[in-house]
Amino acid sequence: MKEKKNNKPTVWKSVRNGIYFALAIGFIAYAFQVTKIDLSEFRKTTRMEMWTRALRALANPEILEYEQVETAYSSPVYLPCPEGQTPSLPEVGFGGPHLVAPTCGALGETVVVEGFNFTPGSTGPIGFVPSTNLELLLIKGTVTADEEGHFTFEFPLPNDRASVDVQYIRVVLRENVGAPFFTENASATWEKIVETVFMAFLATLIGTILSFPISFLAARNLMVNVKSPLTSMALNIIGWPVGIFAGGLLARWMMQLSSIQAGGIWLDIASVVVGGGIVWFLLRWALLSADENASLLKRLLRITALLFASLLFVYATYDLTSLGILAGEALLPKLGWFAFLANFIYQSSDILHTIMILVVALIVGGAVSSLLSRIGQRTNERLSPGPLQVINALLAGMAFALLFVLLGAGIDWLYQVENNLYVYTIPGAAGGVLGVLLAFLTKPKTSLPIGLVVYFITRTILNAVRSVEAVIMAIVFVIFVGIGPFAGVLALGLHTVASLAKLYSEQVESIMPGPLEAIEATGANRLQTIVYGVIPQIIPPYISYTMYRWDINVRMSTIIGITGGGGIGFLLVQNINLLNYRAASTQMLAIAIVVASMDYISSKLREKTV
Amino acid sequence: MLHIKNLTKVYEGSVQALTDVSFEVPKGQFLAVIGLSGSGKSTLLRCINRLIEPTSGQVIWNGIDVTAASPEELRRIRRKIGMVFQNFNLVHRSKVMTNVLAGRLGYNSPAWSLINRFSREDKEKAMKQLTRVGIEDKGGYRADELSGGQQQRVGIARAMIQDPDMILADEPVASLDPVLAHSIMRYLEQINKEDGVTVLCSLHFLDIVHKYANRVVALNEGRVVFEGLPREIDDKKFKEIYGRDAERVG
Repeated sequence: MKEKKNNKPTVWKSVRNGIYFALAIGFIAYAFQVTKIDLSEFRKTTRMEMWTRALRALANPEILEYEQVETAYSSPVYLPCPEGQTPSLPEVGFGGPHLVAPTCGALGETVVVEGFNFTPGSTGPIGFVPSTNLELLLIKGTVTADEEGHFTFEFPLPNDRASVDVQYIRVVLRENVGAPFFTENASATWEKIVETVFMAFLATLIGTILSFPISFLAARNLMVNVKSPLTSMALNIIGWPVGIFAGGLLARWMMQLSSIQAGGIWLDIASVVVGGGIVWFLLRWALLSADENASLLKRLLRITALLFASLLFVYATYDLTSLGILAGEALLPKLGWFAFLANFIYQSSDILHTIMILVVALIVGGAVSSLLSRIGQRTNERLSPGPLQVINALLAGMAFALLFVLLGAGIDWLYQVENNLYVYTIPGAAGGVLGVLLAFLTKPKTSLPIGLVVYFITRTILNAVRSVEAVIMAIVFVIFVGIGPFAGVLALGLHTVASLAKLYSEQVESIMPGPLEAIEATGANRLQTIVYGVIPQIIPPYISYTMYRWDINVRMSTIIGITGGGGIGFLLVQNINLLNYRAASTQMLAIAIVVASMDYISSKLREKTV
Repeated sequence: MLHIKNLTKVYEGSVQALTDVSFEVPKGQFLAVIGLSGSGKSTLLRCINRLIEPTSGQVIWNGIDVTAASPEELRRIRRKIGMVFQNFNLVHRSKVMTNVLAGRLGYNSPAWSLINRFSREDKEKAMKQLTRVGIEDKGGYRADELSGGQQQRVGIARAMIQDPDMILADEPVASLDPVLAHSIMRYLEQINKEDGVTVLCSLHFLDIVHKYANRVVALNEGRVVFEGLPREIDDKKFKEIYGRDAERVG
């Protein structure tokens, strides 16, 4: 077969290769057209001058400056020489710094100007002061005094400044005095680069914490085994929104209770300590006495204890947050240098207070859905296929109708359709029909690969989020929380979640399956298998990816300021727009140093963990 | 008493791994499963605790239908069946102690496992099992710091801490040299004789089969081709099990 292929007429081959070659050339040619490649601009002398100036400024970052002393001297000159007067040189004087220049000259003539007794090493512009505007110095060049305080300059007299009035040749020499100090630009750069590094750090921290659990959902090898029959899947779907709603209500209730009680620091401390203690003992008793053969009464008691402990936990946490807010406010003026710690206590309590309702809602949602899906599992095992199919159809219809109505509500919020028929009725009906169809098209007892569905949804969301650049996310967050580094942290954090979750999940996919199998064989459930079989295997790559991500975040946060997201980018763009290249160069240098050292540190740390 | 009825496993892509396998294992027996590589030994052992889901057939253990068990029931069944693997399957980066304690996971509440907590009784049991296999001083080592023979002993300790009624050993000595192989086999024998634990062990070498097994089931291309006492394997049976070109070496 292969021989035959090789024996095709070579003419055809050459023609084919020729066509490919022509296509490739055409592609490149079109790329030239689109990217507007053109050297004529670059040949202009003005461009060359601008370019040189910019490069020199960039090579000369503005970091240090000196206190300067100016020495100025003006020598009167008539242009052209008044009638009957010939140019003469004044006597070379002694004493203070002065210029020796002709008293008059012809238009456009070049005369020799000498300076004496200036401070050695001082430097500055020399120029012509026209009679029309004594403030103006038409700079003709730069002079530097030698070791004896002397300089010579061939001064081109202007050819368009004829006047009967006296005009001047003026020199302004400057010298540095004292020790150098940092420019305002340098201190601003320092401040912003510190902000940049911490922005990157916080974004990485947030990203790592959130992407850790998500990475398991996006790992194929873990999700492929997650299967459940339609009964428990439908109940699971119904459980989430119901649980989230109930959890939100509960959390709000606890918050109100806690705010009624909030009467001062001591009362808060007391309720946190007592509540925490009770929670600890209840949990300990309820979890440690877990026993499958317990009587119904004991089981009910245990469940009650767990529920009560959870409620109390939420309540105590609310008390803890209000305690933190009070303590932070009280400590803020007293800590002096360590006021940032008080601010941390205040802000983190505030954050906890704000997100508590969300966390509780999600946890209750998860609990309710897992409880319902367990009930679904039992039902599925007990019932015979006939009635089961009817129940499946009912439940799946409800679940999908609910899911589609929620999706419709989300779309309505975004696009403001505001038509109940399109937003709720049609999607609800379509979902219901889809659920019923699914129930009748599958065998009632088969397990559906729900894990793979979750896997694909997670992957899709992660890819979508990852494809939006952090700089662009920053625009949205700037609108959300205002201009500043906080918006940058949120934007970078979100991007980090998406990309770390993907990197992490690929690590989970490449772990050794053997230990997993062994742990599973001991009767461990899924959670235990992950904690004992998966996590020990993925810790080193997780650490190394986190370091790598911090490195990337530092680099990204240097430019995120462009959109107002805080960090050094704001300063950089501002200076570039003001054509202040020396200042911009300082920021570029700072970025380069930070990125290079992050690179070095992260590679060193990664070596240690693997 | 383990009862395997018409067990069949077809992998995706219609690879027939097991065809209509049936046999019984009385309690306390040391059963060797032999056959060429790829004859379905590993699949058979994994179908018993459903690490691999059988396509059809039944596994009945102490009167419970394992193949029909719900996930909850399956976990309760699995924790009474210890498993030992050819490649030891220890978690390399975890300590030996943690690897052994992992055998108790089926008995413990998942909430405690989240924060890596085991009760004192569990730790004492783990120490007892490590002492039994003669590596009581290695508890604090990382699992991958141990030699192959020591790692397999950790594997046995992990299976034994489950208080199993049965042990499934999937070629437990195939990655070890002959001397170590016998020491590992002696631990299995001890467990079988002293604790009355049923052992199902897939093996390569016939001399090991002769020395330790009460009974043999031989598989060839997923079918049972022999069932009986080890000494009943004569040259004719041998050729049936291992193919016409096989030579006896041990």
